[in-house]
Amino acid sequence: MYSNSLTIEQTSEKLEFYFSGELNVYKIAQYSEQMNTLNFNVKSLLIDLEKVTVFDTSAALFIQELQNKTSHTTFHITDKKIEENLKLVKNQPLLESDYVEKKENFLESLGKNAHENFLSFTLFMEFFGKVFFSGIDYLKNVKNIRYKEIAFEINESAIKALGIISLTSFLIGVVVAYQSAYQLKIYGANIFIVDMLGISILRELAPLITAIVIAGRSGSAFTAQIGAMKITQELDAMETMGFNPYAFLVMPRIIALMITLPILIFVADVMGVLGGMIVAYVDLGITSNLFLERFNEVVSVKHFLIGMIKGPFFAFLIASIGIFRGLQVKDNTQSIGFNTTKSVVESIFAVIVCDAIFSVALTTLGL
Amino acid sequence: MKKIIEVNNLQTSFGSRVVHDGLNLTIGEGEIYGLLGPSGCGKTTLLREMVLLQEYSGGSIHILGDDLKQLHYHEAQTLRQKWGVLFQSGALFSSLSIKDNIALPLKEYTKLNQKMIDEIVAFKINLVGLKQADAHLFPSQISGGMKKKAGLARALAMDPKLLFLDEPTSGLDPISAREFDSLILKLRDMLDLSIVMVSHDLQSIYDTLDKMAIIDNKKIAYEGTLENLNKSESPFVQTFFKERL
Repeated sequence: MYSNSLTIEQTSEKLEFYFSGELNVYKIAQYSEQMNTLNFNVKSLLIDLEKVTVFDTSAALFIQELQNKTSHTTFHITDKKIEENLKLVKNQPLLESDYVEKKENFLESLGKNAHENFLSFTLFMEFFGKVFFSGIDYLKNVKNIRYKEIAFEINESAIKALGIISLTSFLIGVVVAYQSAYQLKIYGANIFIVDMLGISILRELAPLITAIVIAGRSGSAFTAQIGAMKITQELDAMETMGFNPYAFLVMPRIIALMITLPILIFVADVMGVLGGMIVAYVDLGITSNLFLERFNEVVSVKHFLIGMIKGPFFAFLIASIGIFRGLQVKDNTQSIGFNTTKSVVESIFAVIVCDAIFSVALTTLGL
Repeated sequence: MKKIIEVNNLQTSFGSRVVHDGLNLTIGEGEIYGLLGPSGCGKTTLLREMVLLQEYSGGSIHILGDDLKQLHYHEAQTLRQKWGVLFQSGALFSSLSIKDNIALPLKEYTKLNQKMIDEIVAFKINLVGLKQADAHLFPSQISGGMKKKAGLARALAMDPKLLFLDEPTSGLDPISAREFDSLILKLRDMLDLSIVMVSHDLQSIYDTLDKMAIIDNKKIAYEGTLENLNKSESPFVQTFFKERL
């Protein structure tokens, strides 16, 4: 066995390379470094491969490149295989070197982005129309409604979410109460914590927190599920078999979420107020009896109802954006990640915009 | 002839379901070796076990002299660089162009400069019969046949001497499938490859295989060349090679 090495001999007239041992893709980087300082401006080049034991096509390309550097090259080769390899790489076409990735300037990318956003908005409108259309078709006949799928989705996206929603809203109740208790104590206005908590939690915080948790939990799940189904052509298969994906996949999810979000908001209301109540007792000495009595007096039922009414609207936005994003998935794996991110961000944004509209409209109406 | 793969008394089971019950086979250097059998007989499982993607429950597999069960992490990594694997649908990395897919092992495992890498990639692309202009396309933009060729080019990136192919011609039209067969034969001769492949394609089996193992009913029903096939009494062999026998 020969050890792996390269011996270089240089005179002003000629350059000689003696390779031995393995000459393969792992070795050529080292050898080419060894040659970095050499002067290839010589009359003749000798490449000796007689002691080479392992030779692959990458090495052949490397040798060919050496050969191209000078006009006259002699080889010392005994192994037939090496000669064949060298012959194999002769006159290979090269990668298109004139290929340059196009760089966009600011205006170009701005325009492209705007156009893309516009397109995705029109696509969403198209989706919206289809949902509306198939929704009417769906609800026209009670027999059409797919109770099993709806029940499955209710279990997946609501019942399994009860724990996290209870915990989150309980903590939000605790935090809000704790912070306001500190301020209220200064003014001696302890009892007003009930008004504050009641209105803020029932009307705004519980619906928002619930919607955000569900957007992160179910919205992303919808996108990933439907996106994966699109990649594996399951959606195409459904369509060719005459199953309308809107009836099978879209409507059950939207309906399930619209039914369950108000229920989840109710749970969040209870847990949030409970959290506040505990802090009110511990920090301000307001007993639960006093708390509930005051709650009954000052927090009118309209706040509760407004919070609940928001539920189906938020649910519709979350579910439809999640599903829409799933349907936008192209046939590569990156696109699932991209669309899932977009789905969560967009649905939370949509929920907050919707909430702002509610807030302004209802206040203007004097509710 | 040197043995490169030896499987001895291999046992595989998933839970209570036994897939392999004592498989024995040997694959020699320079052979194109086929793993055949009915659906669900565990051909692909055997292939996955050979390339360290799946654990087996008993027996042993030796590849290039290494016992797969005894390998430490670094030994396994070294072994992995000595083979190339082509998956059924190419399994190209969808975030990388074809060129970058092929260049990836070169970039990770060697210190070659970009020019040399480009040259090797161009050579590999040419070798498997793709056009240089396709090099900048992404996997989602090319056809199934091109994906397989690109997958093959990636498997060959480091010039391995051992190649595993999982149903290389499935999903290809007959013309592309025959082209792929002749490509495999050509590569074997040019690059001194040993090839292990799972196949269902009769024509490809007749055209390319030197030796084969037929797995049926958890055991090897037949191992040997096409010519001696009529000696086998397995019902699968009788139906599958009906025309030939």
